[in-house]
Amino acid sequence: LALLTTPGALRRAEELFVDDSSQAGAGAHGVGSRWPELLVALFLMGLALLIITDSRRVGIGWADDGPRSGYFPFYIGCLLLVSSGLVFVRQLLRWRRENAAFASRAQLSDVMAVLAPMVVYVALIPWIGIYVASTLLVGYFMRRHGDFSWWVTAAVSVGVPLVFFLVFERWFLVLLPKGPLERALGF
Amino acid sequence: MEELNNLMLGFGVALSLKNVAFMFAGIVLGVLIGVLPGLGGANGVAILLPLTFSLASQPGGATSAIILLSCIYWGALFGGAITSILFNIPGEPWSVATTFDGYPMAQKGQAAQALTAAFTSSFVGALFAVLVITFTAPLLAKFALKFGPAEFFGVQLLTFCSFVGMSREPPAKTIAAMMLGFGLAAVGMDSVTGQLRMTYDQPQLLKGFDFLIAVIGLFGIGEILLTMEEGLSFKGKSAAIKFKVVWQTWAELLRHWKLFLRSIAIGCWMGITPGGATPASFMSYGMARRMDRDPQSFGSGRIEGVAAPETAAHAAGTSALLPMLTLGIPGSPTAAVLLGGLLIWGLQPGPMLFVEQKDFVWGLIASMYLGNVVGLLVVLTTVPWWAAILRIPFAVIAPVIIVICAIGAYTVHSSMFDVVMMLVFGVLGYLFKKLKYPLAPLVLALVLGDMAEASFRQAMLGSQGSLAVFWSNPLVGTLTAVSLLMLIWPLWGMAQRFVRAREKRAGG
Repeated sequence: LALLTTPGALRRAEELFVDDSSQAGAGAHGVGSRWPELLVALFLMGLALLIITDSRRVGIGWADDGPRSGYFPFYIGCLLLVSSGLVFVRQLLRWRRENAAFASRAQLSDVMAVLAPMVVYVALIPWIGIYVASTLLVGYFMRRHGDFSWWVTAAVSVGVPLVFFLVFERWFLVLLPKGPLERALGF
Repeated sequence: MEELNNLMLGFGVALSLKNVAFMFAGIVLGVLIGVLPGLGGANGVAILLPLTFSLASQPGGATSAIILLSCIYWGALFGGAITSILFNIPGEPWSVATTFDGYPMAQKGQAAQALTAAFTSSFVGALFAVLVITFTAPLLAKFALKFGPAEFFGVQLLTFCSFVGMSREPPAKTIAAMMLGFGLAAVGMDSVTGQLRMTYDQPQLLKGFDFLIAVIGLFGIGEILLTMEEGLSFKGKSAAIKFKVVWQTWAELLRHWKLFLRSIAIGCWMGITPGGATPASFMSYGMARRMDRDPQSFGSGRIEGVAAPETAAHAAGTSALLPMLTLGIPGSPTAAVLLGGLLIWGLQPGPMLFVEQKDFVWGLIASMYLGNVVGLLVVLTTVPWWAAILRIPFAVIAPVIIVICAIGAYTVHSSMFDVVMMLVFGVLGYLFKKLKYPLAPLVLALVLGDMAEASFRQAMLGSQGSLAVFWSNPLVGTLTAVSLLMLIWPLWGMAQRFVRAREKRAGG
């Protein structure tokens, strides 16, 4: 990746990294867009390298029957590398000048408050089935983010997956992942 | 008038009891999707697409399926206006401009007028766009029948280059998002040689990345994360629309016929070229304000400020189907999802569709007329109910939408890996939105990737690897030239800014 950045820019970047950590106090208000910008560009550059490497493996030239499998993706990978590389370099060059707000700490914690249960939810589906997991997800949200009584919470969090069960398994005949509870009930 | 005969045939197809029922169901579901935050036209259609697989395999079923899905699209276009006007929350990106004057009108107690104006303008915009489709689509399809692979690639190139030229996002980011889409589309089996590529021996990657998963993640999960960040509390105005108000508003709107014509022109142009509904609505709002005698009063509740963006957004959203049907190139993310649906149902979008699938094409076009009439009636009469749905606390709506997205992602291939990928795309969508990477080119590239690659390779095969094939005749030469012009367009703007900055420095 360093191929794209001149040594001078890298050295400057290093200084700025250090500089940033000394200004950690500013971070209390929020997170700047420097690091997210840089990391997303890096991520895209990484993907570009994956595409280019594998395109070269399957062949980017011509075979007897025309262009080989890597012919088109190779150039796609190159363009992705150049465009995300440009974003990356531009971010480094502007490191000190601007740091537009990405999100405040409170906003980020709000986002995490949705993202974390979502990850747990998806991780649970293979084990306990989508219906039980959905009950837990709805129940968690209603207790954690709303002020609902246990009765309302129970009714909604059981009712919603039940409706989905009827719509998908019965009406559309689409089978969704099930767990031990459904097996015990004979589905 | 061959078109009129065909259109009559289409009305015959669309007016069957079954298809009218699908039309109503689609509109109601669509308005619901448009009203709920986190569910929008593109991912709403994506979630429901797998449910149409069995429907589409019956005889005539593909027509019913496209009627259902396209009506969801019209419904979502209508629904976006309700939240913008009553709650100041744009349910869809293309209704952001509607909030500027729509919400102030609601605050002044004119919610019913604002809603009537929005719905009516949407209807007028869509109606004219369908007229454009009815009379130009057959001509365009006939013209496109002469296209070879090079011409098709030329049109696709033009589509993607105009994203770079016309989008408000930085060009490097637009290109990066687009190339990511093409890259993801290439993963899996190469459709020409049958060779596996970019799978890195992971069995889950053999099938490649499905654009439906990407759409559900990017637009659904990503949108939920963004909504959460804004810390939504729904405090809005309520409204019921009385018949008298509808008449009065219609009489008032009639006086603004010039505004309508302008907005329709902007909308149709932006829809056919892949500008999309969102920029069309902003552009039309801006035009309305600039052409007005009293531009300062915009933003304080002018009915023109509601009519202009809604007309343009709906005209753009509808006319986005013109290039999809005739050339196989969608003008918006939702049209891209519909195009993916056609491919899954075994229909090849493009000029041949007009020859081989007359029932399907004209049934769809006829359903656009009917769907928008049905849509107008449904939203005018049911506004209070939709407003009531928005009063359901976010603590209930958010997890339910997450569950719907997860089910939608799972049903595409009955695979848990897809649900995990949906989460990954969701986080990516959130980051992309925050960092101003455009999502539309990503989705379009993901849908069109295989097709673009196939036509590129076929063209290259024909010319034995010489790029000169893209200059070989006036038609493809023009397409390539305009594409390149679009591509370097941002450089022109950059150069201008650079010169201006230098002049400033020299002067100061």
